[in-house]
Amino acid sequence: MIVALLLCVTALLALSIAAVPLAAQPAGRPVIYGACLGITSVAALLAVVTIAARPTAVILPLGLPWLGAHFRLDALAAFFLLVVNLGAAAASLYAIGYARHGHAPHRVLPFYPAFLGAMNLVVLAADAYSFLLAWEFMSLASWALVVAQHRDPENIRAGFIYIVMASFGTLALLLGFGLLAGADGGYDFATMRLAHLTPVLATVVLVLTLIGAGSKAGLVPLHVWLPLAHPAAPSHVSALMSGVMTKVAVYAFIRIVFDLLGPPQWWQAVVVLALGGATAALGVLYAILQRDLKRLLAYSTVENIGIIFIGLGLALAFQANHFPAGAALALTAALFHAFNHMLFKSLLFFGAGAVLNATGERNLEHLGGLIHRMPRTAFLFLVGCGAIAALPPLNGFVSEWLTFQAILIRPDLPEWGLKIAVPAAGALLALAAALAAACFVRAFGIGFLGRPRSAAAANAHEVDRFSLAAMGIVAALCLLAGLVPGAMIDLLAPVVRVVTGTGLAAQLSVPWLSIVPNAEAHNSYNGLLIFLFIAAVTWLTVLAIHRFASQSLRRGPAWDCGFPDPRPITQYTADSFAQPIRRVFGTVVFGTHEVVTMPPPGDVSAARIRKIVPDPIWDFLYAPLAGALNWTTQLLNYLQFLTIRRYLSLVFIALILLLIAVALWQ
Amino acid sequence: MGGRPKPGHDTEADRHARVGLETTMISHGLSFDVAHMLAGGLVLVSLMMLYQDRLYSLINVLALHAVVLALSVSWQAYIHAEPHLYITAAIALGFKAIIIPVALKRMVFRLGIHREIETVVSIGLTMLAGIALVGLSMEVMLPVTAKVDPVAREDIALALSVVLLGLLIMVTRRNAVSQVIGFMSLENGINLAATGAQGMPLVVEISVAFSVLIAFIVIGIFLFRIRERFDTVDLGALDAFRGERQ
Amino acid sequence: MINQLLVQGVQMLLVLALAPLLTGVVRKVKARLTRRRGASVFQPYRDLRRLLAKEVVLADNASWLFRVAPYLIFACTWVAACLVPTFATGLIFSWSGDLIAITALLGTARFLLALAGMDIGTSFGGIGASREVMIASLAEPTMLMIAVSLALIAGSTQLSSIAAFMLHFGSLRVTLALSLVAFIIVAVAENSRIPVDNPATHLELTMVHEAMVLEYSGRHLAMIELAAAVQLLLYVSAIACLFLPWGLATNGAGIDAYAIGVVAYLAKLTVGAVALGVFETSVAKMRVFRVPNFLGAALMLGLLGVLLLFVSRGM
Repeated sequence: MIVALLLCVTALLALSIAAVPLAAQPAGRPVIYGACLGITSVAALLAVVTIAARPTAVILPLGLPWLGAHFRLDALAAFFLLVVNLGAAAASLYAIGYARHGHAPHRVLPFYPAFLGAMNLVVLAADAYSFLLAWEFMSLASWALVVAQHRDPENIRAGFIYIVMASFGTLALLLGFGLLAGADGGYDFATMRLAHLTPVLATVVLVLTLIGAGSKAGLVPLHVWLPLAHPAAPSHVSALMSGVMTKVAVYAFIRIVFDLLGPPQWWQAVVVLALGGATAALGVLYAILQRDLKRLLAYSTVENIGIIFIGLGLALAFQANHFPAGAALALTAALFHAFNHMLFKSLLFFGAGAVLNATGERNLEHLGGLIHRMPRTAFLFLVGCGAIAALPPLNGFVSEWLTFQAILIRPDLPEWGLKIAVPAAGALLALAAALAAACFVRAFGIGFLGRPRSAAAANAHEVDRFSLAAMGIVAALCLLAGLVPGAMIDLLAPVVRVVTGTGLAAQLSVPWLSIVPNAEAHNSYNGLLIFLFIAAVTWLTVLAIHRFASQSLRRGPAWDCGFPDPRPITQYTADSFAQPIRRVFGTVVFGTHEVVTMPPPGDVSAARIRKIVPDPIWDFLYAPLAGALNWTTQLLNYLQFLTIRRYLSLVFIALILLLIAVALWQ
Repeated sequence: MGGRPKPGHDTEADRHARVGLETTMISHGLSFDVAHMLAGGLVLVSLMMLYQDRLYSLINVLALHAVVLALSVSWQAYIHAEPHLYITAAIALGFKAIIIPVALKRMVFRLGIHREIETVVSIGLTMLAGIALVGLSMEVMLPVTAKVDPVAREDIALALSVVLLGLLIMVTRRNAVSQVIGFMSLENGINLAATGAQGMPLVVEISVAFSVLIAFIVIGIFLFRIRERFDTVDLGALDAFRGERQ
Repeated sequence: MINQLLVQGVQMLLVLALAPLLTGVVRKVKARLTRRRGASVFQPYRDLRRLLAKEVVLADNASWLFRVAPYLIFACTWVAACLVPTFATGLIFSWSGDLIAITALLGTARFLLALAGMDIGTSFGGIGASREVMIASLAEPTMLMIAVSLALIAGSTQLSSIAAFMLHFGSLRVTLALSLVAFIIVAVAENSRIPVDNPATHLELTMVHEAMVLEYSGRHLAMIELAAAVQLLLYVSAIACLFLPWGLATNGAGIDAYAIGVVAYLAKLTVGAVALGVFETSVAKMRVFRVPNFLGAALMLGLLGVLLLFVSRGM
């Protein structure tokens, strides 16, 4: 099986080389994307089949001569391969229709299959060298896709910040792997798994992994590149970066911290819980203030990564307290949320891409009324909004419910830090979930409902059938995962067993397809039954009322309290919808304020209201860092202009210092 | 029992019995539940105090604080059968629940600030800080008092939170009268801790009460002098007069 | 099993039948306290019958979402109400949704209502929807915190199990008191009652719920009014079964226990309705931006309750 998967990766890389000449032809685009669709579908099927199988490994004679390239396929890797390839297949199907309107295909087409192949390679890699090589390759391919539309200076800036943060992350991971390998240089994962690190070194590795994998996933405060880079790429690539690449980063974190690092300490769990909770709350607060639809979705990705890391932190806490059942529950919740997020975030980005194609607008302030012009896209986008807002019976609710069950399962943890961190994380999770619902009421309500706010929105048209097919398939999967969550939990059981040693009890055998994650507490949930009840009640009510009461309907102008205004500018804008939440939360968290300039009486100039939304993380962390870096490089610039004698003395001093170091080390 | 997810050997009643027994062992019966409720009620009233921004309602909440303290002290007197605590409760009721609030209201009226709305530092952050202080005091006191009777431990931890909340009120307010009220609630917390730890001798209680009365009278006199001199009791303005803030 | 099925069926019908009566009693109490005679307590039934028979007047640009939403909102609210024990705890479908699922179902109803408010594209709908999501962003976490506290005390998140626990082993605990205060505040906010919102208002400055349903008429409005009545009944029943569980018939009791349960439930509903009426008459509606302070206090109380349970199991 692993050989088959490596062949798929090779096929993708070959496809990316073949795309260079093919990109120039108009038929090249559907061919390339269709081929990607085929290959990734095959890979996804292979991954599902091998989740429950025994791990297999293969060593290829590539790379470093004394190391080779190790690849291993165990249940954890198989699950993440499923996530990656399912997302990739959906994005490729979408791209067949979407990319007809793309310009500069020669800047997108060769890098797209390479990006997919690199992500698969990261998950399959079993030694530090191939892992980091694949990781960098993934970053470079996605960077090329981010700057594909290079005429826009915003995209260039986004690409620059992205490549800097990605390189910084890879450096952190490199140092982490170096520490894990130890003085003997055992770079393959099997050796690292057996090595034992002192607690101090283990903490350093955890911090480096949080920086490296966390920055790629989007943990606060390393998330700043995400809302710039994800919207800059074409929509199918944005869906991949948000939905899939962040999950590859989560895989890296799980592999290093849970698998390679050995038993965790309780206070490491506190750090992860704190970061996860802060990321969830901050991500959604940023999202609610955005006007750009794709940037809103990118910040929402940050929030969901926070939720995943809350689950991971709980798993670490329970493992540190030798409670494998709780760790299994928490890890199942986190992985289920990773899968769900891939599904609904891809769906939402596909919808945003459809809107961009149809209207040319990403700004919510210029959209509106699209439910009449693009009814199918609107319906599918609504399903995505409902899923991400954690509404039953869709899938987002199930993973949130499982996370709450993990918070409840053992309240009497002995460590004081955990006694405070776990309820705090639960409160932040609840707050993030409620704010996410508000955010997506805003996104759908302003973007699709109401009256069109610009000519572009008024003249929109429905998108092509490939895009709709991709969105439809993903939406159906969202509903299915919400109705039969037991199947997903059973699929995850071998994955969780790899990491924690136990899995949750078999769920598909529970009567009526409920899920009962915690058998002794009898907490259960049945999505199918709730869906059936709601559907039955709705249908029966409609029937009864139409039959026995009234069925008549008349159209007329809107009531609007008797003073309807025909101009669409009188309806709520995106900023005005967010104003109550901005006033309640934004003033406290970001320090938002409004500046009103009222002209004196008699002056005919317009009154202005300007809202100021500072970004405290940028202002207090990145701006001073950039400033310090600039200042240091200015100083070092003097080294460019030294005389020949000065250069010679520099070499001489360096040589003397190294000899002194060697002498001391003896 | 069809339709239940796991019709196992453990019936609903068995499981309830097990969980119920566990909590009964911890709560020691109704009398200590009521003691906890009253101590928790005192914490709740302190949190209410953080929330108020009008002076009259703040003084009313202070009166409520003293009433709850009196109830708590008399309940302690009842369950420990110590009659001198009834006198402490009566002092708290008469003195701190009636006399001091009435006096404060008259003082506020004569100072002319009874209509002001106080700008409290962001209520959300203050309440969050209050919760954090309650958590902190529980975290600190529970391990420290590990050898004491398990019921008294929680009362002392709650009393410490009342003290810390009183300090928080003093720190987050600019009006001098509000700071006095914070100080009074702090003193109520100390009273609660003392009675929870099996009471203090009556003499100490009376002397503490009298010293509070003296301090109160002195503060009142000073407030009026400050008001005469600077025409305000806003401490921010007093800082400006000192020349330290621009 | 037949027993449980019958209990569930009777409860579903009882909830639907009693909801307008509860609203009628609250309005009657408010009227009497303000020295008016007030309409009959059965007036809401007549209102619903009248609305159902009327023709719907739909705005020109209303979409399918606007037409479907009232039925879906009613369905979600009613399904949630069927999961809350009223006179007996042995509900056959109680394992399909626990307190967290009930909160989320009410969230679904609110999501659809907010979207329906924005559908026509008037400024009133925007006002209602944006204020409603602000209130929900504080009320829903509070409900979740309360659910966590109750689950930690009772050992399960299923409402039937929690109610049975409270009936047999309930005791005075600080966390329960904090949860009760927080629950009452959330119930006032979620049911659009004074001091958070005025259910009888016609002024845009004071509207939240009314603004979202401004464009509805006829049978659609009837469905939304019925859903609001059922939601009020849900919250009063939840407070009754969780904090005042006396009289609840447990699983497998005889017919006389069920009769006592029904009588006790009606008594609790009456007490709740009168208390709500008195409370609404005695306070004034808050300014919109004081509501977050009010709800934030409830969230803090819920969080404090959970924290106390994690830190010390006796609280």
